[in-house]
Amino acid sequence: MSTLFDVPGPVARRRMVWVNIAATIVVAGIAVWVLLRLQEKGQLDPALWKPFLTASPWVNYLIPGLIDTLTAAGISIVTSAVFGFVFGLGRLSGSRAVRAASGAIVEFFRAVPVLLMMIFFYLGLGQLRILDPSDVPLVAVVLGLTFYNGSVFAELVRSGVHGLPRGQREAALAVGLRDGQSLRLVEVPQALIAMLPAITSQLVVILKDTALGVIITYPDLLDAARRFGSGNGNILQSLVVAALIFIVINYAITKFADRLAGRVGRRTAGKPRAEPPSLVVATGND
Amino acid sequence: MDDGYFQQFLSLFDEFDVPAAFWVNIQLTFFAGILALILGTVLATMRISPVPSLRWAGSTYVTLLRNTPLTIIMVFCVLGLWGQLGVTLSPDFQTNFFRLAVVGLTVYHAAFVCEALRSGVNTVPVGQAEAARAIGLSFWPAARLIILPQAFRGSVAPLGNVLIALTKNSTVAAAASVAEASGLMRTMIEFRPDVILAIFLTFAFGFVLIVVPIGLATTALSRRLAVAR
Repeated sequence: MSTLFDVPGPVARRRMVWVNIAATIVVAGIAVWVLLRLQEKGQLDPALWKPFLTASPWVNYLIPGLIDTLTAAGISIVTSAVFGFVFGLGRLSGSRAVRAASGAIVEFFRAVPVLLMMIFFYLGLGQLRILDPSDVPLVAVVLGLTFYNGSVFAELVRSGVHGLPRGQREAALAVGLRDGQSLRLVEVPQALIAMLPAITSQLVVILKDTALGVIITYPDLLDAARRFGSGNGNILQSLVVAALIFIVINYAITKFADRLAGRVGRRTAGKPRAEPPSLVVATGND
Repeated sequence: MDDGYFQQFLSLFDEFDVPAAFWVNIQLTFFAGILALILGTVLATMRISPVPSLRWAGSTYVTLLRNTPLTIIMVFCVLGLWGQLGVTLSPDFQTNFFRLAVVGLTVYHAAFVCEALRSGVNTVPVGQAEAARAIGLSFWPAARLIILPQAFRGSVAPLGNVLIALTKNSTVAAAASVAEASGLMRTMIEFRPDVILAIFLTFAFGFVLIVVPIGLATTALSRRLAVAR
């Protein structure tokens, strides 16, 4: 368990059984109340849920929507990784000008809402007419996601290198490597391995943020669910199904990140962590 | 770029009320932030309690909400809660959408507040609890005097990050038909496509101006409160 509790003794165990039963009743009570309210409004009518057991909504709406969502997420992952690697190295560069420029760019894009960037690229690219109009929403989604998540990756690269024990760099210099060589051959590879679980957790953020594309007319999973739901009078049900698809995929990614954190430990001197970057707490000594 | 470009760009500010749009985002952040802090604290208490059913309920909530896109939650609040279930939080149309958006932002970010608080508890080494027990403190005194104070200090930084995320995510309220900054930016660009870059930079730096001080403040606070180990 956590640091808060000791292993309970016999009295505490008996008390816990009662508290547990009471808490179960309260939690179950809330669930039953919600279901009853839904029943009252007719939202639990099997006719509204049954379509999802047939092939039609999946073949015509949800799967094409999911493919578009995964396409946008997949491209964004690659482009964000490139962006993050370049600017992460930029922030570690020996030149002060490069460090400052990379720092300013990364901090700027981390502070601007992704939706704002998507709308800007959507309207801007539409104006420039250099792309096929049907490609504009996808490119705008990818650019918006890239600038934000690339900046997060850049921060991960930097904090990964800073999280390595100092001995790694000292040893590299001692065997005669230059600064850049030490960074390239010793520090960055280990930092990337240590940060792999956190990078994997960030994939969940990318996948979730593709749903913002619906605001700039990108035909993603949410859009597909909304179109199917409003056409068949079961919008609530179809949004729930779309949410469940996201939850299942993201849950699998999170579990994978956890396992990764346990496995990569012996291949790096850094500390692998599976938490998404925003939740990592610096505890002074690392 | 001649003088006229800049003049024309500035004249946009007479026509559109940019500060008012940002004020809506700040209000969304404020109300959702307070409510998410309350709900998140309840969830975190459930997740670190020794009661299995509460732990299960808390972690199920976090797993479900944290993995759902905020946009789906927003659309659900408007089309599901209001459109289908008739949940009306205010007779006024605009206020109703605003409050539904606050609900959406709250339930989503409460999951992250819960995780931030929990990661604070995890920064407390087991030795602290063992030492507390060794000097004769029982459960409540140990929690109140030794563990929770350190846990709160440890969660300042991640809570600050959640607040920053919430500020930026308040733009997603556009999906719930709330008239806020991202919606106004879109209207302004569509009205004056020739000064698109200037309009975007105005809004982008507006957010930088809100977010960077929050980041600096919470970083400074967490440094000051950091437990020396």
